[in-house]
Amino acid sequence: MTAEAKNQHEGLPGDFAIWIFILAEMLAFGVLFVAYAFARAHDVALFNASQETLNRTSGAINTLVLITSSYFVARGVDAIKRDLSRDCAWWLGATWLLGAVFIAIKSAEFHEKFSAGITLSTNSFYMFYLALTFFHFMHVLMGMIILAVVIVKARRGGYGSRDHAGVETAASFWHMVDLLWIILFPLIYVIR
Amino acid sequence: MQYKSQAVAKPYFIAAIGLFIGQIVFGLVMGLQYVVGDFLFPAIPFNIARMVHTNLLIVWLLFGFMGSAYYLIPEETENELYSPKLAIITFWIFLVAGALTVVGYLFVPYSTLAEWTGNNILATMGREFLEQPLITKVGIVIVALSFLFNICMTLLKGRKTSISLVLVLGLVGLAVFFLFSFYNPTNLVLDKYYWWWVVHLWVEGVWELILGAILAFVLIKVTGVDREVIEKWLYVIVTMTLITGILGTGHHYYWIGAPEYWQWWGSVFSALEPIPFFMMTIFAFNMVNRRRREHPNKAAVLWALGTGVLAFLGAGVWGFLHTLAPVNYYTHGTQMTASHGHLAFYGAYVCVVITMISYAMPILRGRAANSNKAQVVEMWSFWLMSVSIVFITLFLTAAGIVQVWLQRYSDAPMAFMAVQDKAAIFYWMREGAGVIFLIGLLTYVASFFIKGETKAAA
Repeated sequence: MTAEAKNQHEGLPGDFAIWIFILAEMLAFGVLFVAYAFARAHDVALFNASQETLNRTSGAINTLVLITSSYFVARGVDAIKRDLSRDCAWWLGATWLLGAVFIAIKSAEFHEKFSAGITLSTNSFYMFYLALTFFHFMHVLMGMIILAVVIVKARRGGYGSRDHAGVETAASFWHMVDLLWIILFPLIYVIR
Repeated sequence: MQYKSQAVAKPYFIAAIGLFIGQIVFGLVMGLQYVVGDFLFPAIPFNIARMVHTNLLIVWLLFGFMGSAYYLIPEETENELYSPKLAIITFWIFLVAGALTVVGYLFVPYSTLAEWTGNNILATMGREFLEQPLITKVGIVIVALSFLFNICMTLLKGRKTSISLVLVLGLVGLAVFFLFSFYNPTNLVLDKYYWWWVVHLWVEGVWELILGAILAFVLIKVTGVDREVIEKWLYVIVTMTLITGILGTGHHYYWIGAPEYWQWWGSVFSALEPIPFFMMTIFAFNMVNRRRREHPNKAAVLWALGTGVLAFLGAGVWGFLHTLAPVNYYTHGTQMTASHGHLAFYGAYVCVVITMISYAMPILRGRAANSNKAQVVEMWSFWLMSVSIVFITLFLTAAGIVQVWLQRYSDAPMAFMAVQDKAAIFYWMREGAGVIFLIGLLTYVASFFIKGETKAAA
């Protein structure tokens, strides 16, 4: 069975294994979100007070950055479906760059918090804030590694309209990273 | 067999089964001591029987892993083992060192043994599962290094498959994390903290990689399903194992003085640890259902499926039962832990080693599979051992519930020993199930000696 036929058969873009992985990851984050909700319900005042100290502007910018990057990665998939390898590599490269912007902004935020002497043991809110955003941070890095591998292969013309499962796999993972942030940002930075 | 040097696996498998019998005998001794406290006292006190029971388990599983690696690696890398002679030398060193250690446990008071073996130079003894004298620990490191050297040299000059890479990653991890057994800080919190880096990161981390690799290898052989499909599953399982298992270490850090956030992390990530085990079950059944050939070794297929199901139940479900911090607050260190330990070790590691032995041993003895008669006996042994270990688990769970209820949860908690008396009925039933287990194990050994018509090895 060719890769293309397999794709049509399974109805999911990219490699089937990545979807098992995505579901497991979403489950892990889902459990963490529920844990956050439980912990918050126990001490709403503390959570609200600590939440005030977060930099909502940089969080909002990062949200825009990731949503834009998702658009770029979708354009990359679209390009390779029309056999435009170079365009595909360019769009994925732009996605990668926005990932780097996200990492830079988030690092500055972490730096600010650590400089203020905040650690995992400061209080429950900061524990969840640091842990959840750090896990997400690691996923952005992971996504960038996957993108880098796909970009290199795409530049060499390794994908085409008939065989682009690799591009779709990377894009699916990247969308998940974006989706998680879209939930994470309002949950931790905004909702009170 | 395809490569002559695979034959070195045979003594490892035989030693593993021999030590397995020893482990079960000591298990029965201490099982009886639960209810007849002075049984065999003072010759074999409970703490010694327990130490021998757990240490033999670990050592025979290590023999099993090494034998499996020596069988698997030549076939996967498509060349002969780097040095079969080295493999045989390390076998004897490991066996003699292991035997001497057990003899030391049994015939020399533990403190004297510590004095004789250099514990005053570097104190590493006296900690659960890591009771081995310093010289034994050093011996284990030397054996592990020579073993890894042999395996890696074979891998380097041959074909590199995902299965052999995952296996080697697991084996390297096994060796690296054992090094923490030499680190014994005087601060009890730090001591326990790093003690788990050996114990937890072995059984809920790197050993699972070894398990996955061995299972994948046997499934390729007995089902004929494409390597590509099986390796993809292996990667997903391994990733999930590491994501959940490494941070899952936190479920041991709830009450030992580690930072409070471990109660959240330990609960969340260890609650996800059943996922890779569930995937393994789905994986095993899926591959067998999609099989492209009818392998004559039905017993090995049964063990492989048993590994999936019982590992999920023992490690996954029974682990989850008491892994959440608010639950563990009551169950910590009760018979709930023992019930989980028994089914998890059996389902995950005993079963996978026997899966490999069951698949490889007939081939090492010059036939594709044992005679039908021998296989029927072996399958009986599977059911006897598996059903009786499930009952041991259920009885210990019942004892654990009694313990939590009367000793921890109650408004007027009873004393430890008074509660033990209340749970005695379950300990008796556990001992009964243990006897059936031994019968199952002896049946398994007997299956090796049953003759009958066999086909020559492919």
